[in-house]
Amino acid sequence: MGTTSRPTSPHIGIYRWQITMSMSILHRATGVALSLGTLALVYWFLATAMGPTSYATAHWLFGTWIGQLLMWGWTFSLFYHLCNGIRHLFWDAGKGFEIKDLYASGYTVWVVALGLTVIAVVLAYMKGGAA
Amino acid sequence: MNMRNPLARARGLGSAKEGTTHWIGQRVSALALIPLTLWFAYSVLRVMHGGYIQARAWMHLPLVAVLLVILIGTTFYHAYLGLQMVIEDYVHGAWSKFASLLLVKFICVLLALSGIFAVLRIAFGG
Repeated sequence: MGTTSRPTSPHIGIYRWQITMSMSILHRATGVALSLGTLALVYWFLATAMGPTSYATAHWLFGTWIGQLLMWGWTFSLFYHLCNGIRHLFWDAGKGFEIKDLYASGYTVWVVALGLTVIAVVLAYMKGGAA
Repeated sequence: MNMRNPLARARGLGSAKEGTTHWIGQRVSALALIPLTLWFAYSVLRVMHGGYIQARAWMHLPLVAVLLVILIGTTFYHAYLGLQMVIEDYVHGAWSKFASLLLVKFICVLLALSGIFAVLRIAFGG
């Protein structure tokens, strides 16, 4: 693979930043974040399987401020990746490629993903639970 | 003289080393994960306030255990297909690409089977 410093075509620097491209990058970023989040998911399953002591440790860990921060990051990542993934599936079916539709579906994804995240946060803290 | 036809010799040697399996697998697992993750998120929000006892009682239900096994399997299949794309796009050295793909695959299998084992242990346990 050529790693010599030949000049490359101006493929990044010439574009104005747009919501469509940032959403595409964020889809990948949330996908990678969610892959890392599966570590916490499997840890939670294993802790629950091993007994009340390890469950309590997991509960405490998820309750720390770092744990909470990660939880809400993963929650948003999940809903964003889910909503934008549905957008991708429509594209795969050949629908929604007009510029107008691209922007409309893009903003819809943001609203729905943030809305679901807020609902999840409210539901999680409403009954006084930590993680 | 080579008796194999040209298609048979070319198959699997393209840049992707495979056909449409990856693309279709990613879409099919994505479709399956829409209801599965929504169900899981809703269930966790409902169960989490009950602590250890309720979490275990929930995973002890046969339908929940089966759905969790499907969720874990599909999640790691989908995660691997996605991570594979990211690695293939950004890791360019032949060996580092091979090594990171293999490492990610091993980790995905390890995590998937650990998760499934945990769920089944609760489902079949007392």
